[in-house]
Amino acid sequence: MHQLLQQIFSGLSAGAIYASLALALVMIYRATDLVNFAQGEMAMFSTYIAWTLVNAGLPFWGAFIITLVVSFLGGMAIERVIIRPVENAPVLAAVVVTIGLALIFNSLAGWIYSYTVQDFQSPFPDRPVLGALITTRDLGVIGVTLVMLALLFAFFRFTATGLAMRAAAQNPASARLCGIRVGRMLAIGWGLAAAIGAAAGIMVAPVLFLDPNMMGGVLVYAFAGALLGGITSPVGAVIGGLIVGVTENLVGTYLIASQLKLTVAFALIILVLVFRPNGLFGTAIVRRV
Amino acid sequence: MNESATAVGTDAPTAGRYAGLSVGAWRWIGALALIVLAVVLPFGLSKYHVFELTLVMIYAIAVLGLNILTGYNGQISLGHGAFFAAGAYTAAILMHYYGVPYWATVPPAALICFVLGVLFGLPALRFEGPYLALVTLAMALAMPQLLKYFDNWTGGQQGINLIKPLPPAGLGIDRDRWLYLVVLAVLLVAMRIAANMLHGRTGRALVAIRDHPIAAAAMGIHTARYKTLAFGTSTLFTGVAGALAAIVVGYVSPEGYSLFLSISFLVGSAVGGIATIGGAIVGGLFIQFVPNLANDISDAAPGAVYGLAMLLFMYAMPRGVVGSFGPWIARSMRQIAQHRAGFRSK
Amino acid sequence: MTMKQTLAWGLATAGLVLASGLAFAAGQYGPGATDTEIKIGNTEAYSGPASAYGAIGKAETAYFNMINEQGGINGRKINFISRDDGYSPPKTVEVVRKLVEEDQVLFIFNPLGTPPNTAIQGYLNDNKVPQLFVATGADKWNDPKHFPWTMGYQPSYRIEARIYGRYILKNLPNAKIAVLYQNDDFGKDYLIGLREGLGDKADKLIIATQTYETTDPTVDSQIVSLQGSGADVLLTAAIPKFAAQAIRKVYDIGWKPTHFMTNVSSSVGAVFKPAGPEKGIGIISAAYGKDPTDPQWKDAPDFKEWLAWMKKYNASGNIADANNVYGYGVSYFLVQVLKACGDNLTRENVMKQAANIHGLTGPMALPGITISTSPTDYAPIKQMQLEKFDGNTWQLFGEVISGGSGS
Repeated sequence: MHQLLQQIFSGLSAGAIYASLALALVMIYRATDLVNFAQGEMAMFSTYIAWTLVNAGLPFWGAFIITLVVSFLGGMAIERVIIRPVENAPVLAAVVVTIGLALIFNSLAGWIYSYTVQDFQSPFPDRPVLGALITTRDLGVIGVTLVMLALLFAFFRFTATGLAMRAAAQNPASARLCGIRVGRMLAIGWGLAAAIGAAAGIMVAPVLFLDPNMMGGVLVYAFAGALLGGITSPVGAVIGGLIVGVTENLVGTYLIASQLKLTVAFALIILVLVFRPNGLFGTAIVRRV
Repeated sequence: MNESATAVGTDAPTAGRYAGLSVGAWRWIGALALIVLAVVLPFGLSKYHVFELTLVMIYAIAVLGLNILTGYNGQISLGHGAFFAAGAYTAAILMHYYGVPYWATVPPAALICFVLGVLFGLPALRFEGPYLALVTLAMALAMPQLLKYFDNWTGGQQGINLIKPLPPAGLGIDRDRWLYLVVLAVLLVAMRIAANMLHGRTGRALVAIRDHPIAAAAMGIHTARYKTLAFGTSTLFTGVAGALAAIVVGYVSPEGYSLFLSISFLVGSAVGGIATIGGAIVGGLFIQFVPNLANDISDAAPGAVYGLAMLLFMYAMPRGVVGSFGPWIARSMRQIAQHRAGFRSK
Repeated sequence: MTMKQTLAWGLATAGLVLASGLAFAAGQYGPGATDTEIKIGNTEAYSGPASAYGAIGKAETAYFNMINEQGGINGRKINFISRDDGYSPPKTVEVVRKLVEEDQVLFIFNPLGTPPNTAIQGYLNDNKVPQLFVATGADKWNDPKHFPWTMGYQPSYRIEARIYGRYILKNLPNAKIAVLYQNDDFGKDYLIGLREGLGDKADKLIIATQTYETTDPTVDSQIVSLQGSGADVLLTAAIPKFAAQAIRKVYDIGWKPTHFMTNVSSSVGAVFKPAGPEKGIGIISAAYGKDPTDPQWKDAPDFKEWLAWMKKYNASGNIADANNVYGYGVSYFLVQVLKACGDNLTRENVMKQAANIHGLTGPMALPGITISTSPTDYAPIKQMQLEKFDGNTWQLFGEVISGGSGS
């Protein structure tokens, strides 16, 4: 029983990591209808920026804020310069561009910072809580993820910009007629996603250890979590991420052939999707002829 | 001498004759010339370059499979590397454990990958867009794990070493050139089959399903059947490519079929032209040569150069090389035909 | 023929013989070797998930740059061509064929990875091209009877794991052993070696195993699961990132097994410092080289030389990265072999000299550990030394252990 609880809590900690990156994926998808395969690598690169600042002597939260701002601006710049040329091109062209972007960030990080694992201290102390089931650091990750979720939810629901962004994504032509600057909405969407990704990366680096390949595996699980929850729903993304984390842990523990953990975990996720093809909390896309 | 009565502004580029032959005849001559060139080429190149071109053609067959599914039928796949591996291991297991001659391993690989494709295509019917991407992504990730797990059959981490086939005695050519010709033959057959399928009724049905699924169903096209068929055909092509790769490289192991391979196929497909047949060859060239070039340009960050190349290709030709140039060539030929018809009729 | 013609022919023939005689005196050359140059080929993982090992190729390039600046080997400069194969065996085959057939290198040096090397072993042996000092710890590279052109370098993972197994048998005979290993040839070899070291007690003593993929984000779940098995001995066969995670998680959940760590992840700076040095106290490993981040070697002359080389020739390399010591050491070894070849730079002679090393002490080797080869022994480094981490440095203990296959 103790083992089961421990694995569930371990899964929740891992799941919070996936959930935080999944939020960034959902952000981009809601703003631009695109899955950004470079999300993980952008988050990793932002984390290196934060690491550089911390090493230069800045206090943690100062480096955190600065990195988020830099990432926001960087995300907007990427949308303007790199994504815009293929905005009206077939979707696959944009997908390939994000793949290329991922390669570029990964390679640059390896070149600039080398592939040696780096130490990144968490602002939360590392004390075990609840009888060694979870540490305060993992709780910190979960906490920050929930805060981001709440902010994102409020942004889309209650702010004018959030509403404008949803309109721009759903129907750009009509949105323009209403006076919404669609281009700017897209750029802001990318900027916010980059900032969320940066926050995710910084929270996660103390747990996973910082190296250029830190986010590769996380992106896959975050993607699964986002889709499981519903690619259009931030709440779904978080719940999806947590479910993926717990599932992965439990499968690894109780499956006889633990070498097939990833295969079985994905099979289970897909099984759920077969019954709910738009995810648990996603809205079905209604097509009209 | 211009005897056709085509009016100025006609749409058909087959109007007009050039040096006594119709455009259609010129197309045949062009194709034949290319084939002859392809056959003769290996004898003028070093063995290593022949080997490289053989790999290009293998990737072209794999990408062609992906074009059928993603280009003509709109179902995205991030998992074709898994089917490439399935074909490769089928060939390797048959050759290594059962002594099957290399050429006889290709049909079973094709059949097994077709069946696998249909089996995966059925549940895939439920999914679209990013959800389908996830399902295919899962296939790509699961395959290396499964290959490592069933190590009695697959040799696990150690892989399977294969003896390279010998060319038939009496032909007097070496192994590399012989395999090149074998792969070339398979490529030409594959392109012919794809062309027949895609330029005919099946192709039109696939495209209709891609662009207007509801209208297509309303018109009586059996969507599920065509989509599953597209999946199976697509994986058949890629599986055949995998089998050929196992024969040509002479070694299979799980590390050779990572997620990166699946992504490379997708990128090659997009760069060549997702809904084209000739684009598959361009895709094969891209996958094979650009990473090597990237390595030569920068040994500090070759991945960045490769990624940059992807970006530049997509900016310049978002529909792929053949996807962008194909219509341009057709348009130019039309203009030439119109111009000549107009000039002559004066 | 006239007298004049005969004389002319005679002189021409004599001239030819003389010239070829001179050519002989100047040196015998295989492909890639000339009076002024030795061309060496190498494959490395500069991209993809194994790209951390690319540092080895960069270190080797830097070492050869230093040698060239010092005048080369017997007056010849080293032309070191290192190419990326992304750790993908089909790519390795392609890259090696290019090096051998297009670049015409004399031999392939220190190619990385078990699957890549397995893919090219047949080709290189068929074409009689030396596959020297392969950068992998697998056992199968020491097989001169079947693969006379392939030679290993470092002690194999199985040798290392056997050493741990025998230590357990001797000191912890009632152990309950858990193993965490990477799900590939590297990890699996540790499990196999451990079982070999435990002999017929293996099934009884090993009670739990868990694997992970390099694409997994963490191994926390595996560690928790292994603790749940009730084991009191843990062997971790993981690369640095996951080793650090494992060390930390073991400590965090309050588990205190006798913890054996693969030599691959024994770097103080790259693994123990990120994990938290106090969390790794008591961990046992085996080594054959000096850890550059271990303070006890601070004043050793070979360490200072290595550090100076890093600063001058390999400034972009990370001092905490053990790959830089590895690349330095194996390059030094190659240079000694090439020096021994003198002016006879054929592939056969390179192989012959490589199989003729006796008691060579390399830089940054642990005291007592030497390199030896012979025509029936293609395992240059066979010795290791056990060590225990005390929170600050590795304390060597016991004697230098020689692990051959079967010993």
